[in-house]
Amino acid sequence: MEMINIKINGMPLSVPAGSTILEAARYAGINIPTLCFLKDINEIGACRMCVVEVKRARSLVAACVYPVSEGMEIFTNTKRVQDSRRTTLELILSKHKRKCLSCLRSENCELQKLCLELGVEDEGRFDGANPSCEKDESTAYLVRDNDKCILCKRCVAACHNQYVSVIGANNRGFDSVIGCAYEKKLADVSCVGCGQCIVSCPTGALTERDQTNDVFDVINDPEKIVIVQTAPSIRAALGECFDMPIGTNVKGKMVAALKRLGFDKVFDTDFGADLTIMEEANELIARIKNGGKLPMITSCSPGWVKFCEHYYPELLPHLSSCKSPQQMTGAIIKSYYAEKEGIDPKKIVVVSVMPCTAKKFECAREEFANEEGITDVDIVITTRELARMIKRAQINFKDLPDEEFDPALGLSTGAGVIFGATGGVMEAALRTAADVLTGESQENIEYHEVRGTKGIKEASYNLGGADIKVAVASGLSNAAKLLEMIKNGEADYQFIEIMCCPGGCVNGGGQPIQPANVRNFNDIKAMRAKAIYEEDRNLPLRKSHESPIIKELYSTYLGEPGGHRAHELLHTTYVERKKY
Amino acid sequence: MQKKISKIPFKGTPEQEEQLKAIIAKHKDDPGAVMPVLQEAQDVYGYLPIEVQQMIAEGLNVPLEEVFGVSTFYSQFSLTPKGEYNISVCLGTACYVKGSGNILNKITEMLGIEAEECTQDGKFSLTACRCIGACGLAPVLTVNDEVYGRLTVDDVPTILNKYTA
Repeated sequence: MEMINIKINGMPLSVPAGSTILEAARYAGINIPTLCFLKDINEIGACRMCVVEVKRARSLVAACVYPVSEGMEIFTNTKRVQDSRRTTLELILSKHKRKCLSCLRSENCELQKLCLELGVEDEGRFDGANPSCEKDESTAYLVRDNDKCILCKRCVAACHNQYVSVIGANNRGFDSVIGCAYEKKLADVSCVGCGQCIVSCPTGALTERDQTNDVFDVINDPEKIVIVQTAPSIRAALGECFDMPIGTNVKGKMVAALKRLGFDKVFDTDFGADLTIMEEANELIARIKNGGKLPMITSCSPGWVKFCEHYYPELLPHLSSCKSPQQMTGAIIKSYYAEKEGIDPKKIVVVSVMPCTAKKFECAREEFANEEGITDVDIVITTRELARMIKRAQINFKDLPDEEFDPALGLSTGAGVIFGATGGVMEAALRTAADVLTGESQENIEYHEVRGTKGIKEASYNLGGADIKVAVASGLSNAAKLLEMIKNGEADYQFIEIMCCPGGCVNGGGQPIQPANVRNFNDIKAMRAKAIYEEDRNLPLRKSHESPIIKELYSTYLGEPGGHRAHELLHTTYVERKKY
Repeated sequence: MQKKISKIPFKGTPEQEEQLKAIIAKHKDDPGAVMPVLQEAQDVYGYLPIEVQQMIAEGLNVPLEEVFGVSTFYSQFSLTPKGEYNISVCLGTACYVKGSGNILNKITEMLGIEAEECTQDGKFSLTACRCIGACGLAPVLTVNDEVYGRLTVDDVPTILNKYTA
């Protein structure tokens, strides 16, 4: 690697050629504040928060995009630099609705933190005419409050990175707003609801639609039996909201907190994941045997499903007809479990805790309500909302003991857990398919080729004489590459796993928000995924079909995978949606 | 200023669509094709309604929001159609101090449209323009190519009547 010599704040330093000043400063242990910069996604040098002084340069330069050169002398903390950054912040504040005390992002707001760190003394210094924008509350999953927007364009970049691009900067200068084409509401454009814009937002301009009060209301209703289920990736991220290190598995404390919040039963969506594998593996084998539509593509990720409906409706027959684990768990709670316990399903409220904003859209899809209007899942809250509930209930999360899921639908396998990371559904399906196709229990159950955070992964396996070629994509721009291959007849895979968010659910749009200066220098999705694979490794059962609950469910209630009752409860259909 | 968006139904013809397709085909592989295509499309349609922007987005394989963002950034692009008669009131310095603001207000009041809008019947559109180089005639307005100068507010009804008859 070619190295070049520079000086930062008088300290000589040798850094790789091609580094930006921001990266070089990091090598020297010097922090440079940023606001609009998101590595690889939004490198536009627009906000001027990261300005530094460079000897002999005409003006201050943006450290996030300015490359270092031999002999360069950089000063990151002069009075001129400090004054410039502070003035920039004060100008941003003049257009920012400073309702910080009641803001969902208070204490986790990059703007707020910078104001404190850089010593803003008068937040109203440049107050002036400031026309207010209408909030966009049109969708079930997201709220945009442009009065809090600082026009960093990180959300626009995240949306573009997802190959969706329904938001952008409209108009010019003082009138600039982030919005949709022809000033449409988000619900009227082809937004998939992934929420990657929310986790990119440095302020409270973008938030999930908060439903914590809805959940408290049903918990406080004595008529209701409130059952909660948690997705596999929640345990790998929830701790971050309580200052625990990224990648801490807090399963036991999470269950304890849910019980203390007053949920009547605490179930694990991993059970639904195991069930999904039973149905999906069966569907795949049937499609291969009967000449069905191949490659078959997974349908667990509601953002991905909506993306396919909007942008590639002609490929919908490739989607597995299986409901997602959240919907399967809900459906089984309100049928099998209700019957077994003798509870009227109308009294049951199923609350899901999901790493995902698109799940809020999914649970309200009309496909998931029966003739009597009973829906599989009633309320979806994100990881962030759960953390909010725990804080509101004044539960000391870190001090909680580890507790276990309620056994009825709380026992699951390692195969269910790894659903939370990209490649996990594929690996779980392969574990079951291998046993079914070979007719014997395979000992080698780790499929490392489909693991990892690479955008597209490919692998071929011989399972009981059958050659199976698979692909895994996470992030919709990667998914689009595979879909174009299918469209052009260039994809000879039998099975494809697609997850909407880059890295899978661990990096979902409903997960705790890490500030850009953490995201830019750490692979959060890999750190969270590690916790999930570790749990898988330590579980006694690691194949979905070996779960005793799954066995009992099929033998006493569902019959065969893909059978009549299973089809009624666990499978669904899709609709074509407009692109514009 | 925020761009006005027309609510008047789109009345594009098949001929115009053919022309637009040819424009898109001509620029398809150019980097940064959105701006020249928008410019030529506006020459064809007179403005850039959503129907036209959708065809451009689809044809160039770029997001509609990107096309819309460009069309709202540059003041030369218009999202409202021009009427049969386009009234252009000069708000340049000379005309403005001679009271062209009041003339604009009078027209707005009589036609029920703001600047950069078009009447529902497609008869009149209104533009607030900058100096047209006829300061000696201030305040001045034009209706298509017809120039009216040394105006007072009371002249407005007479001028409009000429075109509504």
